[in-house]
Amino acid sequence: MSLLSRLAEKSWLTPGAEGFDEPADYRPAAVAVGLYVYFAVMAIIFSLTVAAYLMRMGLHEALGHGAGDWRPMPEPALLWVNSFILLLSGIAWEVARRGVSRPDRIRIAVIAGGLLGIAFLLGQVMLWRHYDAAGYYLSANPANAFFYLLTAIHGLHLIGGLAAWLRVLARPRLSSIRLCALYWHSLLFIWVLLAGLLLST
Amino acid sequence: MATTIADDLRPLHHPKTWIGKYVWSQDHKVIAIQYGVTAIGIGLVALVLSALMRLQLGFPGMFPSIQPENYLQYVSMHGMIMVVYLLTALLLGGFGNYLIPLMVGARDMVFPFVNMLSYWVYLLSVLVLVASFFVPGGPTGAGWTLYPPQAITEGTPGQEWGILLMLASLAIFIIAFTMGGLNYVTTVLQARTKGMTLMRMPCSVWGIFVASIMGLLAFPALFVAAVMMMLDHVAGTSFFMPALLSMGQPLDHEGGSPILFQHLFWFFGHPEVYIVALPAFGIVSDLISVHARKNIFGYRMMVWAIVIIGALSFVVWAHHMYVSGMNPYFGFFFATSTLIIAIPTAIKVYNWLLTLWRGDIHLRVPMLFAIAFLFTFIHGGLTGLFLGNVSVDVPLSDTFFVVGHFHMVMGVSPILVIFGAIYHWYPKITGRMWNNVLAQAHFWITFLGVYAIYLPMHYLGVLGVPRRYYALGETAFIPQSAHVANEVITVAALIVFVAQGLFFYNMIWSLFRGPKAGPNPWGAASLEWQTPDTPPKHGNWGAKLPTVYRWAYDYSVPGHARDFIAQDEAPS
Amino acid sequence: MPVAIAIALLVLGSVIFHLASPWWLTPLASNWGSLDDALHITLWICAVAFVVLNLFMAWAIWRYRHRPGHRAHYEPENASLEKRLTFWTAIGIAGMLAPGLIAWSQYVNVPKEAAIVEATGQQWTWSFRFPGPDGVLGTAAVEHITPDNSFGINPLDPFGRDDILIETNELHLALNQPVKMVLRSKDVLHDFYVPQFRAKMDLVPGIVTYFWMTPTKAGTYEILCAELCGVGHHEMRGTVVVEPQEAFDAWLADQISFGQIMAQASPASISAILASADSCATPTRGSLN
Repeated sequence: MSLLSRLAEKSWLTPGAEGFDEPADYRPAAVAVGLYVYFAVMAIIFSLTVAAYLMRMGLHEALGHGAGDWRPMPEPALLWVNSFILLLSGIAWEVARRGVSRPDRIRIAVIAGGLLGIAFLLGQVMLWRHYDAAGYYLSANPANAFFYLLTAIHGLHLIGGLAAWLRVLARPRLSSIRLCALYWHSLLFIWVLLAGLLLST
Repeated sequence: MATTIADDLRPLHHPKTWIGKYVWSQDHKVIAIQYGVTAIGIGLVALVLSALMRLQLGFPGMFPSIQPENYLQYVSMHGMIMVVYLLTALLLGGFGNYLIPLMVGARDMVFPFVNMLSYWVYLLSVLVLVASFFVPGGPTGAGWTLYPPQAITEGTPGQEWGILLMLASLAIFIIAFTMGGLNYVTTVLQARTKGMTLMRMPCSVWGIFVASIMGLLAFPALFVAAVMMMLDHVAGTSFFMPALLSMGQPLDHEGGSPILFQHLFWFFGHPEVYIVALPAFGIVSDLISVHARKNIFGYRMMVWAIVIIGALSFVVWAHHMYVSGMNPYFGFFFATSTLIIAIPTAIKVYNWLLTLWRGDIHLRVPMLFAIAFLFTFIHGGLTGLFLGNVSVDVPLSDTFFVVGHFHMVMGVSPILVIFGAIYHWYPKITGRMWNNVLAQAHFWITFLGVYAIYLPMHYLGVLGVPRRYYALGETAFIPQSAHVANEVITVAALIVFVAQGLFFYNMIWSLFRGPKAGPNPWGAASLEWQTPDTPPKHGNWGAKLPTVYRWAYDYSVPGHARDFIAQDEAPS
Repeated sequence: MPVAIAIALLVLGSVIFHLASPWWLTPLASNWGSLDDALHITLWICAVAFVVLNLFMAWAIWRYRHRPGHRAHYEPENASLEKRLTFWTAIGIAGMLAPGLIAWSQYVNVPKEAAIVEATGQQWTWSFRFPGPDGVLGTAAVEHITPDNSFGINPLDPFGRDDILIETNELHLALNQPVKMVLRSKDVLHDFYVPQFRAKMDLVPGIVTYFWMTPTKAGTYEILCAELCGVGHHEMRGTVVVEPQEAFDAWLADQISFGQIMAQASPASISAILASADSCATPTRGSLN
């Protein structure tokens, strides 16, 4: 039954419960649904910040700052290295997700995924300090401010993912590993978009 | 194969200690009470602040301890507490937590640990907010809207520390709310018992469900705005701060946009008022239907209207910004979208009235409050049309017309529903019945009193009396009678304020001395009244989950002797 | 039963209150009668809705109150009734929206013959600027503000020299002359509001906003700040004096210009003023003509 037909049901006309299966037989796990709902929250928070970023980028001309106070930030190699680490992390989780065969391989992949996530975060911190030392500190310029803000929100979400990683290590379950992998992929996807945005502007 | 609360395969963990049962409880009913008590507690603080505001407005100059800084702080804290920490927390955290599992036939919320956590994080956000009263400079006085640049520059109270604690508290609240919202939404989607289709759920669940989804999508905007303002204040960024002076001295900001904050804030702020209104709409549908012994008229349309209003509420936000200096051509779009949203809202009003029509109306106190809701919401909704229509809004914006309008639709109507709801579900929550005489007295004084407070305000607004003014002073276009009006409004407000004592006394006294109520004193059909125990025990349904055979509104069905059929009663 | 009577009495009382209330629109002193008309149309439609819906409710409560032997009617939905109600509601909404949008399209389109006047707001006082004989306001920005150049006029902009500066809170306007009020803020958000003119707009630091109007009645009117701007918000007042063209011209001739201020300033002040123009080579866009 599609959602629309479900919402059009004239529920007073059809009392009874025959034909209804036991919910446990057909419903996906609540945790999965909860994560999907949270994806919507993530989408909104990143979209709004990006919208503010784009608005601010275009604003300097309207405000008549002749030279434009928006100065794009340089792209050190570390930025690419970090992105690669995050990609590896995602691959590790994907291996774990698909690992039907051997539990020990799954376990290694999970550990690798989490550790690579930690490596990414450390790399991000290093990137921040690199920019800061080079003079691109938070308040110098709106482009900088948005960079730090967007990477901070992304990083916080990754930390949340690491909390889930610890739980999965303690209590490994294929369904939880699948959800972690999905979450990691979403963070990778967002990172690609963010990095692309930051690099192109 | 699922293994969560929703499928009843993993048994609930029953706590053994008193602390486990009533403090660190994962039982949605206990968490609901915790939310409710905390929200009402901080709401009473906001009520006292409003009394102080009214003392100043009614009798300016008579209270030397209320200076302009204090007045603006009262205004700002009153507003923020009422909208976010009372109404949102009580309607979603309080009623949402209590009602959803019971109304859909679940044992508890799907993530009980996260649910418990959400309450304690909410409590933390309240404590951080209260802390802002005690920091140097006191709490923020920037208005509940917290507009930059003034919120963080000199000349506004609390611009150094108060605003920081406010923003931090909001960020913490949003984290709590996200945890709670995930629970409410996922529970409705995943934990409905067998036979409980979406369209068999009562309107209360629909209202809270849609409001929770909206909250998950709207609060991030406030979160982002709050973080950006914090950075502007402490880290010297210029998200919202243009080049500007403060008290004649240039500040080290440049290029930011105050209007960007307003867009972010109202992208949250407008859905927020519907996050408060939709649960009230859903609940009042159930109050009217139970006490008129009649199905809610046009149930399908009521559900669709809730969904449509929820969706449309995301595209009307800039009607709060008509005179903000944003691109004036936006006014055409937002006036149109705002007036369109009035249509499903009007349908809901018609359907509530049509539920009363040809009903069998028992004028018990919950029904009285529902009727009072209708009267005041019709008024408040109609005045919204003035403000939504861009050109009509121009003279009225930032006047007392706005204050009258938003109190009517936010401060009066949903509060009346909350009172009605508490009286209605009190026997289920406590197993006891309240005192009818006290309840009637509470109703009449509150209903007539709040109308007397807010009706005149609209007229002062049309005259042009501005809001957020510490004192009107000697102003030629404001006649002496307007000052008298302010005095009368203040007296009415103080009377209503004191009369709430009747409510609290009744609720607490009846808890210990009230007569025992049966499991279903109103003869309601919805599932929450069919629990094996009253008050419901942990796990709600005893050994086996109920099966639902019908929608929630089989009242006065022809051919049945009793005037209601419970949702879990099988067809014969 | 009492509640039905109460609702009916409240409806009656509200109507009487409206008719008897001494607080209504101030006498209109500008061309914005269309805003008043849109308000009145909205009021009538809403008043009809208010009275009809509530009296229906009061009647229904009384007629269908519970009595022994009385039972409710069972009717889950009536789709055609709901469709008709939706349709007529939409008509009513359109009836309110149309005049409102027409008035708004007038509001956003400034007539070509409008004179330019700038109002500058700061915590907590108003000041004003006229473009002078050249008809163009000089560019201005917060960066240029010095003690002697409190308006922040760009000293390198030739259009600014003849700008007429009013540092008191009292603005004069010529009767029946359309005027575009150009608004600038030095510090925080403010709002320029004169109830009798009906029009208003926020002052936003960092940009220039505007609204336009034609004062149609001579008199003295109060300016109120209508956007919370700190502890002095309620005291940020000014006055607008609307007078016939000759009186206005005479008043304007009495006011000082930026060029005159520059001529009278000490060399040190002049240096300070010019130094503020050093940082940016290109003049900032501070005014919209």
